[in-house]
Amino acid sequence: MGETGDWSIDSHSGRDGTTGAPAVLTAETVDGYWDALMARDESAALATAWSALDCGVPAETVVLDLVGAAQSRVGAEWAANLLTVAQEHAATALGDRVLAALGGHPGYRRHAPAPRGRVTVACVDGEWHAMPARLLAEVLSLGGWRVDFLGAHVPGPHLISHLHESGPDVVALSATLALRLPDAHAAITACQAASVPVLAGGAAFGPHGEYARLLGADAWAGDARAALAVLDRPLPRPRPPHQAVDDLPHLADQEYTHVAANRSRIVSAIVAALQEQVPAMRDYTPQQMQYTIEDIDHIVRFLASALYVDDAALFAGFIAWTRAILSDRGVPPHALTSALDLLGTQLRDFPRATSLNAAGHAAMEARAA
Amino acid sequence: MSTESATESFDPSTVASILALAPFPVVVVDGGGRVVDANPAAVEAVPGMRVDAGFEDCVPRWLAEAHAAGRPHASGRIGNRLVRGTASRWPGGRLAWWLAGDDDSDFGSDDGSDSGSDFGLDSGSDPASGHRRPGSALDAGATAFLVEASNQLMSSLNVERSLEITATLAARHLAEVAVVVAPPSRRRIAITRVARSGAVERRTLRVDPAEVPGLSEALQGFPPVPSRWIDPAAAPGWLVPGDLQEPGSLIVTPLPGNGIPAGALVLLRGRGQERFTESEEALARVFAARAGAAISAALLFTRQSALARTLAEDLMPPSLTRVGGVELAGGYRPAGDEQRLGGDFYDFHGPTPDDPGVLVVFGDVSGKGVAAAMLAGRIRTSISVLRTVESDHERMLQSLNRALLSSRHTRFATLVLASARSVADGVAVRVTCGGHPPPLVVRTDGSVERAASRGTLIGAVESVRATSSEFLLAPGETCLLYSDGITDAVGGLSGTEHYGADRLEQALAGCAGLPAEAVVERIQMLAEQWLTSNRRDDMAVVAITAPIAPIRPPAPVG
Repeated sequence: MGETGDWSIDSHSGRDGTTGAPAVLTAETVDGYWDALMARDESAALATAWSALDCGVPAETVVLDLVGAAQSRVGAEWAANLLTVAQEHAATALGDRVLAALGGHPGYRRHAPAPRGRVTVACVDGEWHAMPARLLAEVLSLGGWRVDFLGAHVPGPHLISHLHESGPDVVALSATLALRLPDAHAAITACQAASVPVLAGGAAFGPHGEYARLLGADAWAGDARAALAVLDRPLPRPRPPHQAVDDLPHLADQEYTHVAANRSRIVSAIVAALQEQVPAMRDYTPQQMQYTIEDIDHIVRFLASALYVDDAALFAGFIAWTRAILSDRGVPPHALTSALDLLGTQLRDFPRATSLNAAGHAAMEARAA
Repeated sequence: MSTESATESFDPSTVASILALAPFPVVVVDGGGRVVDANPAAVEAVPGMRVDAGFEDCVPRWLAEAHAAGRPHASGRIGNRLVRGTASRWPGGRLAWWLAGDDDSDFGSDDGSDSGSDFGLDSGSDPASGHRRPGSALDAGATAFLVEASNQLMSSLNVERSLEITATLAARHLAEVAVVVAPPSRRRIAITRVARSGAVERRTLRVDPAEVPGLSEALQGFPPVPSRWIDPAAAPGWLVPGDLQEPGSLIVTPLPGNGIPAGALVLLRGRGQERFTESEEALARVFAARAGAAISAALLFTRQSALARTLAEDLMPPSLTRVGGVELAGGYRPAGDEQRLGGDFYDFHGPTPDDPGVLVVFGDVSGKGVAAAMLAGRIRTSISVLRTVESDHERMLQSLNRALLSSRHTRFATLVLASARSVADGVAVRVTCGGHPPPLVVRTDGSVERAASRGTLIGAVESVRATSSEFLLAPGETCLLYSDGITDAVGGLSGTEHYGADRLEQALAGCAGLPAEAVVERIQMLAEQWLTSNRRDDMAVVAITAPIAPIRPPAPVG
């Protein structure tokens, strides 16, 4: 949960209106909203956002720079161990409710934009971070698009039958965690096979959309405003149906397949070996044991994703991020190093996995230095 | 023709790159019999062929002999293909051998599928534009077009998209302007038109298709009227886009459907353009057959899915929200990703004069898929009626049991009824289980309790008994109703372990103080992430939560 960065983040707040400068968000509003979110005071949060609309702040600004920005801050504070998972969930649910209620403000759709096409907004199967997609859906709708928002964790068959039924001009696919890249690729390929071009977005696709390109998406946007701009011009019809592996010839070496298919076995072997090396683990409570297993499973799944896109930087970035997360929570780094060592032993016959593992080790040392 | 001087002036690098594109083998030989250039087709077709090789060493004997004898023509086999070689003089005293297939098998690309590009239609007036395959009316360009068309047409099951693809392909490859006309409905016809500019227009017009010669017949599925019999000047204004000055020729061809026509395709070219030839008309008919099949499939899918959607609407779980000071949220994922329906269900009913609280119904019908969903729908309907005359949980379950036993179904169901109403210090809840695992309650301190209610499952035995359990939820506390799909989720490290009640309780312990939606999302997410395979049961959860703070709606703007 809570990896930082999503397409709601945007450094510039507010755009020039057509007539005169629209009201901007004040620091007081931003702080007031944040305090309400932290106090779980839904009424206060809504009242703050509501009064910003009252003051003439454009709806898009309220959606992205107030609600969206607070959501990004929630993710960042979770990563820094300033918020618990429960607080993160609560704040997200609250943000969601505020967004739903804002539509009732008489000034929300003050500027009726010219009608645009129809767009489907969905999260990739297995992706539970719905907020970035929700913000995008809101902004596209404000921009005149007819939006079908399918929410988090949309199974491929649901998405495709929706596309056939509604015939949108484009589908916007959101993924936040890089773990979802293989699923994202399957979804992109399937949408294109249904003759609907794909706009990819969300932190999973890389800071510059490099994985969106790699996986053959028809377009990429770094945030919701960029998405609105990208969709200004119609996307070309997607490529004819093709196999996912056509985009990624390195998959023929079966390393991704091996790691993904044998994940449980690899994780079990690492946990068993770790118990040999770290005697303290024998006294772990079942809960502690469960967390350890989940952490190792997470590492292996990330390695599989990195093998899928064949990018050592993805794995190195994940290791550096994990190390920071653990150190904020007082977990010493040597456990992570040991896990990487054992993972290396498990996969020593696989050259690409071995070099990714080395990149992970390098990331550990770079951070330690 | 002064071939000599023309060839001398060629830039060698240009020649080489053109040679590389040639669809059949070309080999350039110098005066000493050495190969100085061989295009990729030659390297592929002639074993051992490479630059610097001796020409006579690597080609078959019939060709080597012709070369040695200075004969410019020869034929024989390369591999199992019959080939005709023709030599031409090349700059620098060299000789080029052009090796063209002598039968209907081409060298070079055997599949026409790699071509996505436009092509010139064989108008029949230019015999040099490629040979025809015996027995086939289509040239290679037409084949490539039909392959591309099929690729695009089979990709969509959306009717509008199929019409648009049909019109776009036809305008780009067969004509200047293409119009797809849907069968008339209530005296209106819908047209999808692609203009010369490539712009797609959709219109519904109140016009008579008989205004276009041959269109009425095509829409009724009669054989097409030959183009030469149609006077293009008779085309009405609504058919011709603004950017086509004056139609010069016109093809009207039916789009065959599932026994009834899927519409008609009208192709137009402006005056001054070449008129459609017979072979172009033939190609248009072949294309229309494929497009018609695709449009019909899309129509069929649309009708079926609209029917399924209408039938399913009442069976889908309702969206839950806050009712009378009680927070409700629900989440549902049926067993198969292909289906939106399953045997797990939930529903809620607002307060009645007899019962000031909301009634949440949560259940699980034996079996999966649509059949289970149908019975779930009947149970929901029955309860909504019972609710108006009965507020006692046990008596409701008993009535429902009698109704199920007397129906022809052999299925049974487990059920939880939960009444919740807002009180001064939280939410008062009464739950009654009919054969369903009792709901869990998470307290503010993170402890988790199981509601003390038991009862018989519904629809299996003559008499059912159930005991209710009552408790108070303080602000931030949640009562969680769940189906066994959650606890029976199979996965974990071994891939064979159940998620289990213990893990569920542990997960719920972390949900103290969360809003109802967040509890539902978290439980769903943890259970889904536990799964290691796609095999799973329906999964449903409902959270009944006492809100942390009372909600004041924002003041209306002045």
